[in-house]
Amino acid sequence: MDAVESHKAMTNRPLSPHLQIYKPQLTSVLSILHRITGVALSVGTILLVYWLVAAASGPAAFATAAGLIGSWLGRLLLFGWTFALFFHLANGIRHLFWDAGIGFELKTVYASGWTVVALATALTLVSFIAGFAMLGDLG
Amino acid sequence: MTDHRTALGRARGLGSAKEGVAHWWVQRVTAVLLIPLVLWFVASLLAHLGADYTGVIAWLHEPLTYGLMVLLLGAMFWHAALGLQVVVEDYVHGEAAKLAVILLAKGACLGLFMAGFVALSKIAFAG
Repeated sequence: MDAVESHKAMTNRPLSPHLQIYKPQLTSVLSILHRITGVALSVGTILLVYWLVAAASGPAAFATAAGLIGSWLGRLLLFGWTFALFFHLANGIRHLFWDAGIGFELKTVYASGWTVVALATALTLVSFIAGFAMLGDLG
Repeated sequence: MTDHRTALGRARGLGSAKEGVAHWWVQRVTAVLLIPLVLWFVASLLAHLGADYTGVIAWLHEPLTYGLMVLLLGAMFWHAALGLQVVVEDYVHGEAAKLAVILLAKGACLGLFMAGFVALSKIAFAG
């Protein structure tokens, strides 16, 4: 084996974590979800800025934006972004505790992980129930 | 401080650029800032849900709303720019593509911040 071949063999060796055969765990799933929600929220800022620009442009543009956001697709996207926001917020606070050196015990990591999932789900549902109540859609 | 890089590594410009700590730190500072700002923003949106154009404009016109919204946009886009950079650095391979995507993402963050800032300022300082 020449030097190039041996280098190839070295760099093509399987690396850990071997995602194809690795069983997903709460820790790894929440970790990648933090990144996915972060990227999704970055995309969501486009809608926020569009809404602000529409409001600054006048009643007609604002009505168009409100119509888009109020459509079923708009509400569905808003639901996804609301969950992403609360998840990223709660899991972000979990990360800040880790940064301070707190909560590294395996038991604590799982407890805080499930807390994040429960909190994000509850806050999303409460926001939407409150939202529909504000709009009078719940009667 | 002693430079532990090899002469070849230094010549190629590889190794620490000594900017990692600032990146890490600003990501955390903006995160902490965003906790109250995001909660305030979601609560305010819920409180104004169903409000018409004049109601929304009246809310955005208040000095407190203007200040907090500019803070929110600033912290949010700075946080997003730093976070997107890390994601791109991890998943986009090839130095040229990596640099291009990072510049594009950061440019988008800057552009969106400016658009939001101008819109908010126009509403706040109108009439």
